[in-house]
Amino acid sequence: MSLRKFITNKTTAALAVLLTVFANTSAFAQEAAAGAAAAPKVDMGEVYKSVIFYTLIFLAVCVFIAIIGKAIKVYELSREAQGKPIGINWNGVHASLFALFLVLGLYGVYWEYTVHGSMLLPDAASEHGKKIDEMFNLTLIITTIVFIATHILLFGFAYIYKYSAKRKAYYYPHNNTIEKIWTIVPALVLTVLVLMGFLTWRSIFFKVEDPNNKPLQIEVTSEQFKWSIRYPGADGIVGKKNYKLTTASNTLGIDFKDLNSRDDEMADEMVIPVGKPVKLILNSKDVIHSFYMPHFRVQLNTVPGMQTIFEFTPTKTTRQMQEETNDPNFKFLFYCAKICGSGHYNMQKDVRVVSEAEYKTWIAEQKTYLNDDLRKQFNLPVAPAPAKPAAEGDSSATDSAAVKGNQMALNK
Amino acid sequence: MSTIALHDEHNHDHADHGHHKETLISKYIFSMDHKMIAKQFLITGVIMAVIAMGLSILFRIQLAWPDQNFPFLETFLGKWAEGGRIKPDFYLALVTIHGTIMVFFVLTAGLSGTFSNLLIPLQIGARDMASPFLNMLSYWFFFMACVIMMSSFFIQTGPASGGWTVYPPLSVVAKAMPGSGMGMTLWLISMVLFVASSLMGGINYVSTILNMRTKGMDLWKMPLTIWAFFLTAILGILSFPVLVAGVVLMVFDRSFGTSFYLSDIVLGTDILPNEGGSPILWQHLFWFLGHPEVYIVIMPALGISSEVISVNSRKPIFGYHAMVYSLIGITVLSFIVWGHHMFVTGMNPLLGGVFMITTLIIAVPSAVKTFNYLATLWRGNIRFTPAMLFAIGLVSFFISGGLTGIFLGNASLDINLHDTYFVVAHFHLVMGSAAIFGMLAGVYHWFPRMFGRMMNAKLGYLHFWLTFIAAYLVFFPLHFLGLDGVPRRYYAFTEFEFMKKWLTVNVFVTWAAIMAALAQVAFLFNFFYSIFKGKKAPQNPWESNTLEWTAPVEHIHGNWPGEIPTVYRWPYDYSKPGHDVDFIPQTVPFSQTMSSNLPHDFEGNAEAEKIQQDWELANPVEENN
Repeated sequence: MSLRKFITNKTTAALAVLLTVFANTSAFAQEAAAGAAAAPKVDMGEVYKSVIFYTLIFLAVCVFIAIIGKAIKVYELSREAQGKPIGINWNGVHASLFALFLVLGLYGVYWEYTVHGSMLLPDAASEHGKKIDEMFNLTLIITTIVFIATHILLFGFAYIYKYSAKRKAYYYPHNNTIEKIWTIVPALVLTVLVLMGFLTWRSIFFKVEDPNNKPLQIEVTSEQFKWSIRYPGADGIVGKKNYKLTTASNTLGIDFKDLNSRDDEMADEMVIPVGKPVKLILNSKDVIHSFYMPHFRVQLNTVPGMQTIFEFTPTKTTRQMQEETNDPNFKFLFYCAKICGSGHYNMQKDVRVVSEAEYKTWIAEQKTYLNDDLRKQFNLPVAPAPAKPAAEGDSSATDSAAVKGNQMALNK
Repeated sequence: MSTIALHDEHNHDHADHGHHKETLISKYIFSMDHKMIAKQFLITGVIMAVIAMGLSILFRIQLAWPDQNFPFLETFLGKWAEGGRIKPDFYLALVTIHGTIMVFFVLTAGLSGTFSNLLIPLQIGARDMASPFLNMLSYWFFFMACVIMMSSFFIQTGPASGGWTVYPPLSVVAKAMPGSGMGMTLWLISMVLFVASSLMGGINYVSTILNMRTKGMDLWKMPLTIWAFFLTAILGILSFPVLVAGVVLMVFDRSFGTSFYLSDIVLGTDILPNEGGSPILWQHLFWFLGHPEVYIVIMPALGISSEVISVNSRKPIFGYHAMVYSLIGITVLSFIVWGHHMFVTGMNPLLGGVFMITTLIIAVPSAVKTFNYLATLWRGNIRFTPAMLFAIGLVSFFISGGLTGIFLGNASLDINLHDTYFVVAHFHLVMGSAAIFGMLAGVYHWFPRMFGRMMNAKLGYLHFWLTFIAAYLVFFPLHFLGLDGVPRRYYAFTEFEFMKKWLTVNVFVTWAAIMAALAQVAFLFNFFYSIFKGKKAPQNPWESNTLEWTAPVEHIHGNWPGEIPTVYRWPYDYSKPGHDVDFIPQTVPFSQTMSSNLPHDFEGNAEAEKIQQDWELANPVEENN
């Protein structure tokens, strides 16, 4: 088949048409690049936008490749005609390319680890997060060693043992000792990782509650595409909800017959005191979302119809973090990590970690969910809420409030 | 043995009759010949792969240039890209359908369907599948599933867009997103048809392998490809029905008002009547299939690469038994690891610990396989055919993706990595790239067997190097986005200050993806051109031992004229010392290779050992090498 035939081939033409779509892609990327550059001398904008431009470039590349292919073929055929050994030793070419790939690849990995590796999340800002980070680092070290070693072997063998007509491969069907070793060694390494992971996992999700340091309850409810935060108020307990009570004025469906609900407060951002355990009570109104707060290594899905609970203790204030990261605009965030619809990509809230004192002043300014409208709806007196327990945070007072609430519920 | 002999007679008769009645329709469309069905699966799979790849380029454009307008997108997509910008809803539809097509239609049907159909009868020495009619149905159910899935692009509300895992309530409540309307219904119908297809295929593969092996082909003489297809089929048979069960419950929830997956749902202020269900139930049912599914995807690729690496290293596969046992280990373990997809979805944390243990155990057989591949390459005499290049690429991806799996399988580390780009990078390497490379290795290796012609090797080289490099350029950087806490399935990175630093990386990754996509043109051209115009294939182009290369190049119904060859040895006698050429096909009896026989070959047969000893005494070995 001649070169001309090759180029005018119908298949080539058909493929070219298919490619138009892809070529288009490039067009607009170039436009972006062109826009960023300083004013060009000749306005190429229109050209860069045209589909045909990229099709032509691609076709030119195809023709170029076809010409090279033909040249190689001519070269090989002429070698053959002259009775010389084969023109290009492709096995040697690939072996060298693998060696080259190994070297460049290792450099690429090093570059990624250092450049992109320095753009990652800062160190964990929570107690359990530190353990996770330690384990992450250990796993990273082990896997990186294995990654590099196996790739050196893989591409190294490909380079060393390339085909040679003079040599015969070494018939070596099995070696039970070696196989046992490389079954047991990974098993042992993984056992260590499993044990560490298992213990850490248990320490995160099976916490023994310290009666002197009760966690601060915060309820987070997700819906398309926003979060609602509920603080427990003075009694320290987030009250009951019932989705059937949801109305335009009671969007969370809070049950105000439950005494614990009446002092619950709403907030636009999550403010938490440093060093105090926080118990997140997560649930969802509509679809599954995921409460993701990466700086604290916290993630748990919010699921309609059930509560999920994550407890953590923040160890760094926002201000500390701003100093550590040298970024005065640094802020903690939580956002959605589970596909939930068109607004999934923008469902976030700010988190502020502050000192205990700052937290107290802030929480005092927050409004309760219960307002006059809702009082009417629930047939409650339109008057200030029942007297707050005198000693704030006193556990006995809290408990009695809870008991009262339960009695109320029973009486209904 | 007598039953097998009888069966052969019968099939042979059938083959003779079959030739006369062949028409265009019975040969190319409603064919019951396994080789034709394999081609149908392959070509459909390739077309679906091109479509899914196109979709991925569309959403990569959106991620790289979220603020740019691309008028041509509006030309193609109409109201889904008004003003030349893809809409958030359509973006989600793109990622959903990309995932669904790639996982199910390309890497399950396209890979397993093609090579199980082609190689099982040819490599075990059978005239055809146990049930050729079922086999044909299997393809046509698959084809219908593809058509229905693609048809969802032509309805007003667009295709399903809740992610390929279609978690309820998002996918069940039609008001939650446009894609959860008609598009989701089509997705479910398509999935039911697809599962029916893969069950028919799977049952066929298992019964063919168990019942129709030729004389001498005991289980331990089967090539690793057959072991892989066999165990894959078992996995599919046991796990796919669970998906159907889940899908049927979802259909009920969507259309008949039941509450299997729904409870306590309020959309705005609209209170839904459903009570008592649990969205977590779907996740259990889905991942009970979903996790075996990733092994359904990777195991055939591993089987293919075992064969390709052994043939082209001119060495027996190292640790054949260990390879089989690790496949069996993966098969069994894959049923008890599904919970690692659900560590932070609200499943009881107690289960998280258990699933973490089983998940990390599964890394052991995977590690054994990797080391055995490396040992096979060691001191080999490696021929870099395009198939071999892709098989080596597969090993590299399998290592890279497998190692990142150790992070994700660890429940504690998964807390921060779940649903981030780290996951995307991980499974695109281990399941996407590795399995696709296995499929491409298979296509390059068995193309002569399928079409009787050779593919152009040099275009294959070009295809490999461009794809290999581009795939790493695409997926390696994505790990770091994940480690920075960037969630997957985000339409744009513009709403978060901290994500803006990754925009340049996104542009780079998109360019690499476009390069990878363009590289496939080299393959597509090579593939379709070679079908018609490729060089005629010789009988055994790769000098391989397995049985399929003994069948005539010209396809005949029934595979072998005359008797089916008998098998005497395992398929990996490459470069056996004492033999004059570096391969000994399975059909060569030990009596013809006296100079290379090893004591181990006779499996304790005293008589054979005696004969060998006598021969060796009579012919002392010349010590000249």
